[in-house]
Amino acid sequence: MKLFEYESKSLAQNLGINTPRGGLASTPDEARDIHKRIGGEVVIKAQVLVAGRGKAGGIKFGSKPEETRDRASEILSMTIKGEKVKKVLIEQKLNIKKELFGSIVLDRANKCQTVLASDQGGIDIEDVAKQSPEKILHHRLDPVFGMRGYDARQVGLKLGYTGQRLNSLTDLLSNLYRLSVIYDAELVESNPLVETNDGKFVTADLRVIVDDNSLFRHPEFQERAKEASGEVTPLEAKARENGLAFVELDGDIGIMGNGAGLVMATLDMVNHYGGKPANFCDVGGGANAEHVATALQIIQGDQKVSRIFINILAGITRCDEVAKGIVDVKKVVGLKKPLVVRMQGTNFEEGKRILNSIGITTLEKMDEAAQLVVASKVA
Amino acid sequence: MTLLVGKHTRAIVQGITGNQGAFHTRLMLDYGTQIVAGVTPGKGATVSQGVPVFDTVASALEKIDANATIIFVPAPFAKEAGMEAIDAGLNPVVIITEMIPARDSMVLMAYAKEHATTIVGPNTPGVITPGEAKLGIMPGDVFTPGGIGVASRSGTLTYEIASYLTHAGIGQSTCLGIGGDPITGLNFVDVLKMFRDDKSTDAVVLIGEIGGSAEEDAANYIAETHYPKPVAAYVAGRAAPPGKRMGHAGAIITGTEGTADAKMKRFSEVGVLVAEVPSELPRLLQQQKAALIQH
Repeated sequence: MKLFEYESKSLAQNLGINTPRGGLASTPDEARDIHKRIGGEVVIKAQVLVAGRGKAGGIKFGSKPEETRDRASEILSMTIKGEKVKKVLIEQKLNIKKELFGSIVLDRANKCQTVLASDQGGIDIEDVAKQSPEKILHHRLDPVFGMRGYDARQVGLKLGYTGQRLNSLTDLLSNLYRLSVIYDAELVESNPLVETNDGKFVTADLRVIVDDNSLFRHPEFQERAKEASGEVTPLEAKARENGLAFVELDGDIGIMGNGAGLVMATLDMVNHYGGKPANFCDVGGGANAEHVATALQIIQGDQKVSRIFINILAGITRCDEVAKGIVDVKKVVGLKKPLVVRMQGTNFEEGKRILNSIGITTLEKMDEAAQLVVASKVA
Repeated sequence: MTLLVGKHTRAIVQGITGNQGAFHTRLMLDYGTQIVAGVTPGKGATVSQGVPVFDTVASALEKIDANATIIFVPAPFAKEAGMEAIDAGLNPVVIITEMIPARDSMVLMAYAKEHATTIVGPNTPGVITPGEAKLGIMPGDVFTPGGIGVASRSGTLTYEIASYLTHAGIGQSTCLGIGGDPITGLNFVDVLKMFRDDKSTDAVVLIGEIGGSAEEDAANYIAETHYPKPVAAYVAGRAAPPGKRMGHAGAIITGTEGTADAKMKRFSEVGVLVAEVPSELPRLLQQQKAALIQH
């Protein structure tokens, strides 16, 4: 789960991490009042979860409160990469000596957390990574013991710091690591991480992504996790509320399957035979009848869906449960779109028998089923 | 020789009394796997699926001789279940449980490495040596004994591809899922090493997915070691929308975009036979075999 910058910074402040002075505004007038309170020059930043807001014009500066109000008004009317801006963060403009990049990221390949850091921070960090990868420092952390003081010090030293500044940077990195542990973050990233003219290190920007699989032990994020983020369509939000992995696409063939890999391969195959999938819907492993029924109702309720392809290869899932789910939908609300059902695996004879009893034929081969659904005329 | 599991396997099921644990214990027994004990805290001295149940792995091993385990316990308890199995010396440890917190998996994998224990998963369909034994939730009937080693990042897609191979008369030596969670025990490179040394494996099929760098790492390993056996691959997700990207750092750390096209391209570059759709794999393998015979 991605946190907004202002949420990430509020967690950081509780751990004593330096962040710029500022406040959150939902209206231009609030933005102006925050500027009055903190004085000086400010930066106005769109609060969105997508990356690349700087290049999209979501960061502006204000030298006077009235100007800040106008800039905030512009940003609050923006939509950045499909995400509507609802809030802006107003912060004091820092006296920047240097912009660094510092992050602690879950390193899947090495099964640990790794510190990535660079003395060339800022919005072009991805270009730096591509063109001169040697300028990004990688420092792996022990998966059990984590970041020790000397790990952080070594990173600071490699970035060119000594003396008091090295100690300050070491403290900041240690605290960012602490944040990643306390909140089960798969990413803590500050870019830029600013060295100010008076020798302080401040997280000018901060992004935190919480590991979704850890949310069960974080009651503090429970309410937040329920809110639909700006990246989710209403149909996706509805499906996800019901525990489905669901992504809306722009075709007309509704897709349901079990297992992310199989559903992805199903989309690939429908595409391969010239069809256009309307969605990606994974009911997951071990789905029961009710779960399948919910998924089917959501898919058939989508206006743009002309026909539906259900592709089940059962392992931990049971074909009879899937079949019962389809029967339930037929009984309760009716089957509204033509269905092609492919079933194989655990309890498939029973699943086939149940579906045959309501007049639905099942296929055993995915290729044949994909070709049939692509070629079938809409009723 | 059989990789990881076979007739010699005497396995414990951790979480045997749960819905999935009980159901799949039945299916594993039906397939011929020796399931010798189950563990569920609080259910000791009972019997599930005809198998004696114990409260801890250690107490099971006082009574029964076992050498492997399969774990079905819920995600919040999976890390400890894995450690309990490692402490008891069980190897391999197959973890079916999905969505385990990354931090837990990270610590568990470090513990396993220290104890030289092989972990398959988490979020894996398990391991099967067709005709001998399965420690997993895969439908046994889509597999048949033979010479192809299959390693996959996906569960259901593994069954799909195994069933294509079986229908085409191409048997499998061992099939396993490396697991769909962000952090897993075995990765493609580990499995390629095992298949290289396995006399019953003639060729390898890798089934990849978008995201991460497991496919690129495998491709690099194949190129660097002049891998001695033919490898074919399918990567799912060409038509999928761009997946979750972990900010700048995610892209930087993998050094790739993580797209299916990029992974397929990398595989092609190192001489791996790449299938556009899963059903092409049998034909690719047969062509390869024919070409080898001609030479």
